[in-house]
Amino acid sequence: MKRISFNNIVNSIKDSVIEINCVASKELLNKYDTGIMRENNELSKKVLINLKQNAIIAKEKMIPICQDTGTAVLFLEIGTEVVIDGGFIYDAIYEGVKLGYQEGYLRKSIVDNPLSRNNTGNNLPPIIHTKLVEGDTLSIVLLAKGAGSENMSAIKMMAPSEGINGIEKFVLETVKNAGSNPCPPITVGVGIGSNFEGVALLAKKALVKEFFEIPEDPNITKIEKDLKEKLNLLNIGPQGFGGKTSVFDVAILMEPCHIASLPVAVNINCHVIRHKKLVF
Amino acid sequence: MKLHTPIDKNKLKNLNAGEEIYISGTIYTARDSAHKLLLQMINNNEKLPFELNGAVIYYAGPSPTKPGEIVGSIGPTTSYRMDKYTPDILKEGAAILIGKGSRNEEVKISLLENGAIYCAALGGAGALMASKVKSSSLVAFSELGPEAIYKLEVEDFPVIVVNDLKGNDIYECH
Repeated sequence: MKRISFNNIVNSIKDSVIEINCVASKELLNKYDTGIMRENNELSKKVLINLKQNAIIAKEKMIPICQDTGTAVLFLEIGTEVVIDGGFIYDAIYEGVKLGYQEGYLRKSIVDNPLSRNNTGNNLPPIIHTKLVEGDTLSIVLLAKGAGSENMSAIKMMAPSEGINGIEKFVLETVKNAGSNPCPPITVGVGIGSNFEGVALLAKKALVKEFFEIPEDPNITKIEKDLKEKLNLLNIGPQGFGGKTSVFDVAILMEPCHIASLPVAVNINCHVIRHKKLVF
Repeated sequence: MKLHTPIDKNKLKNLNAGEEIYISGTIYTARDSAHKLLLQMINNNEKLPFELNGAVIYYAGPSPTKPGEIVGSIGPTTSYRMDKYTPDILKEGAAILIGKGSRNEEVKISLLENGAIYCAALGGAGALMASKVKSSSLVAFSELGPEAIYKLEVEDFPVIVVNDLKGNDIYECH
């Protein structure tokens, strides 16, 4: 048995929520740099330079990189030999998210009811996905997910006969239709397989694929690379003003599915990649 | 090109889609819920919380202001959600709308009819946009939290013309 204190989880979530929203990762800064080098179009180059400058200002002042500090989405993997001392794990996460959004001066963007729409005032509730695993480790992958890009995401229950060509067509259409709305350069998470609700979750998880120990499949890697190239030929460009940098990355996750189904989901993330893995 | 508020619509005629402009003066934030309430007020012939004629409207909902700062992060939100309300806002004389992403045909026609332009600010660059804001005050609908209307005094606030008055759209130009 491993004992993890309730307060340790609260504080780690609180600090991480603030950090991912205000401090751009080195990887993100490198992605801006690569884009700046690639773009010939003056406007697109300037946009990327300004996006990088924005990230630098945000870190200096510890203010959010983007005002839409998102919905907190968490993937929990709880070892069956883990015990939380001092309270219930979901309460710790709620408390950490609430404190992080308050103390970090992050925007509270959640409404209590999708129709009457009153702001909950504390960015609660977060969206939590939980998986039980063997062992004594608790891992939490945390994302701050903005709505501008989330709104441009799509799901399709395809016929198995449509195959990889149909999937590519759907991804290309979804990104093309999204155009400038999701704040390109975007990251595209693609889920293939599972079922209706499962495939949407796969697409979300694909956005943070690097945090999960998923064995590399050369076929998938090739599809990701091909799709990235095709998407970057759409000439959407940074902020939709044209250019070669429409997407930073494409990440695919697959799961088994029913003989009659080919579920496909496309989850889009804006250029501000905000995520982190915590391991207890 | 530099522009000062209130905007003289005659100065908008020669601008081109893709051109950068720098706005100084007063601009007002309004997004989904604020638009809904403004439209209700217009329909009821109530006095509006700010003068729409010649106004610059910024589709934005800032993050909370940190002590010692003027405003929180304040980049644009996606504009198509305001499309439904925009023709009525333009009829009241709004001159420049700022957001991100493309507009529907109805909005584009209404912009031309009313001699107004639509511009994009940099999406996901809220910290950079905040550095151009010199003062900020709450004007209306405080109950909406980040969706309230704020009056911002800005200096050289950088935006890019999306829909000009010649019928061009930067998102369709390439």
